[in-house]
Amino acid sequence: MSLLSVHGGQRAMSLLAVAGVTKSFGGVVANREISFEVAPGELVGVIGPNGAGKSTLFDVITGFARPDAGRVMLDGRDVTTMRPDQISRLGVARTFQKLKPFAGMTVVENVMVGALQKTADVGSARAAAQKVLAGVGLGHRSETEARALSTGQRKRLELARALATGPRLLLLDEVTGGVDQATVPGLVRLVRELHATGLALIVIEHNMRVIMDLSQRVVALSMGRVIADGSPTEIMRDRRVIDAYLGETWRA
Amino acid sequence: MGFVYALIAAGLSLIFGLMEIVNFAHGEFLMVAMYAAFFAWALGKLDPLLSLPLVAVLLAALGWAVYHGIIRWVLSGPMLAQIFATFGLAILLRSAAQFVFGVDFRTVNEPWLAGRVALGPVFVGVPQLAASVTALAAFLGLYVFLSRSETGLALQATAQDRQAASLMGIDTQRMFALGWAIGSACVGVAGGLLAMFFYIFPDVGSAFALLAYVTVALGGFGNVPATLAAGILVGLVEALGGLVLTPALKYSVVFALYLAVVLWRPQGLFGRF
Amino acid sequence: MIRAIPVGLLLGALVFPAVFTLPFPRHVMIMIFLYGALASAWNIIAGYCGQISLGQAVFFGIGAYTSSILFRELGLTPWVGLIAGAMLAVIVSQIVGYPVFRLRGHYFAIATIAVGEIVQALIVNWDAIGGARGVFIPIKRPDSLVNFQFHQSKAFYYYIALALLLLALAVTRGVARSRLGYYLRAIREDQDAAAALGVNVTREKLRAFAISAALTAMGGTFYAQYLLFIDPESVFPLSLSILICLVAVLGGVGTLWGPVLGAAVLVPLQEGTRIMLGGTGKALDLLIYGALIILVAVVQPGGLMAFFARARTAGSAR
Repeated sequence: MSLLSVHGGQRAMSLLAVAGVTKSFGGVVANREISFEVAPGELVGVIGPNGAGKSTLFDVITGFARPDAGRVMLDGRDVTTMRPDQISRLGVARTFQKLKPFAGMTVVENVMVGALQKTADVGSARAAAQKVLAGVGLGHRSETEARALSTGQRKRLELARALATGPRLLLLDEVTGGVDQATVPGLVRLVRELHATGLALIVIEHNMRVIMDLSQRVVALSMGRVIADGSPTEIMRDRRVIDAYLGETWRA
Repeated sequence: MGFVYALIAAGLSLIFGLMEIVNFAHGEFLMVAMYAAFFAWALGKLDPLLSLPLVAVLLAALGWAVYHGIIRWVLSGPMLAQIFATFGLAILLRSAAQFVFGVDFRTVNEPWLAGRVALGPVFVGVPQLAASVTALAAFLGLYVFLSRSETGLALQATAQDRQAASLMGIDTQRMFALGWAIGSACVGVAGGLLAMFFYIFPDVGSAFALLAYVTVALGGFGNVPATLAAGILVGLVEALGGLVLTPALKYSVVFALYLAVVLWRPQGLFGRF
Repeated sequence: MIRAIPVGLLLGALVFPAVFTLPFPRHVMIMIFLYGALASAWNIIAGYCGQISLGQAVFFGIGAYTSSILFRELGLTPWVGLIAGAMLAVIVSQIVGYPVFRLRGHYFAIATIAVGEIVQALIVNWDAIGGARGVFIPIKRPDSLVNFQFHQSKAFYYYIALALLLLALAVTRGVARSRLGYYLRAIREDQDAAAALGVNVTREKLRAFAISAALTAMGGTFYAQYLLFIDPESVFPLSLSILICLVAVLGGVGTLWGPVLGAAVLVPLQEGTRIMLGGTGKALDLLIYGALIILVAVVQPGGLMAFFARARTAGSAR
């Protein structure tokens, strides 16, 4: 079980490198010396019980939180202290666990805000947005106000918006959370399609089947630490993971 | 004076802590209280000190009514609506007072307590002293109520986490209305006290209101005990500012202080938000 | 059919002075145009971007004072003063905005009030530019476009005010349709989500603020030249900032025509009560304002425009 660490230099292979990230809020240590890497085009799943620090990690990576220690490197470049919009422009997009649609704007306008990062022309942005919407299956709802969408549709909107920025790395926070079972396979298929286009993904998920299905690699967090980092099958059999998730009672 | 500011601010803080609405009409509530005290004196021959309980109750009723009549409907709306709801109320009350009472200054001419008293090297008016003491007492009373009584704790719970509180059986609507009532009562007491020695006119609320916002922001929105410290601070700064610079600029100093604090530490010196 | 309304209004506005030659109706229209422009300017930063600034009077006053002082001391034509005032306002907006935009919601609103009060107090104490006594704009005869003064007839003022309003509307429309417009609305809806999509929130807010400040300052210069007297009480007070907001809110925040609509309703109301009730009228119109604001806030925060939109969709078979 290796915890890869970056020694302050260029690591041509990795797209994203997180090294020794520690972040506390008040008395709670949300992230404790977290280190791992993501290679270009890799799909990494992140699992861990509630409170393990997964969303905080996303916040740190995307610039919404500044770590107390450690670094985040993108293409070997230190982005630890950058603002979220700067990191976005470097090719990192994310969705939020607690969805944040632009409620008063229409679906296509929502996505246009993302598309406008790539082009200043409103007309082209609209066209690009329509294309992305079609890709996620929301094309028919482009003129609807965002607040009128169902949860599943909002998840797709959030995804579409992030995609419109043309990222190289996409962070998905609980994309299947809160949707009914019937919608899950569709979302999973969508993620797989995205991955097939060469997009690197980090996916936080509670749904074990989804994670094991999708991921090439899984990083397991517990109490703010990385407790395991390997292939899905390795993780499934890892003692520490089982303990963290299922507790003593299952140790048989 | 700091204590009085603290009392006014406490009311504001309470309301904000409960439902994240800044009552822009708070100053006007104060004005209403002062007029009420004035008329109690002019018509009923009641010294402001005596009419305090009456005024407090009157204002509590006003606060409660405002909540049910106006605030309740904008709670779920956009922030713009919330700001303007209380702002509109402020303008309404102020102009109503102007319309009904005229712009003349009124004073309570022969209060019970009068004269001056030597407090160390400084001469302090007796009414002012009484006001400070009473304000402090009221503040402490509020603090005790909030932290010891069952209702007080329920209020705090609602302020911290609305959903959890309602799950525990606390009626949030009642808490909100109660918050408004108590917050307004605080202002009522402050107004009654001020009526003893301050001029009373329709616009009197605005200066105090602005100072109250600053006090609340300094202490931290939602943190009632902190407003006491903040109130004292504001009172001091105002007095010092008036001494060092021209009196006209003393408010500016307070505002500058607000800006400085709010930019350096957005949650206020002790705040939660 | 709906599109014909603005064109019709414009034509009507253009011929108005020819039809109504008395000074009073013209004055009312001039005020409507002015407030419409000011409210539109506020709309950009507050309506579209969601930053409720309650200190717009600062920019208004800067515009008024800059052009007036330059004219009085240097004989510089107020048109140049107009530009100078706008530029100064923009600079101030950036200096003030940079720290203050870090605040959100109510905190931000209070901070803008605080800034407004401080500026007003400073000007009152600044004797070099008149202090509390104000500034009289030197009267130059004959009427002259260069000196931006017309004593014979208000018609020139009328058309300039109309031009100002049209400018404000054009700018608003331009912004709304541009990338900036989408970014501003995104910021209003959810600042963090916008940042995650690459929007430099602070920079865009400052941009909107600058535009708003410039337009408001131009209104201030116009006002100075129209009334030929300004003082802190008339161009810097909080009540003016509030009035500007009310006009926009009543008409419809975040819409193109809302501010105009609001002005069209409020200005006649203001002038009407002043005529009818003289001194006490001052309080009565404020009373009505207050009630109106509450009404709008509670019933229909979208203002009159939203009211009409709802009526329209309710009426048409959908």
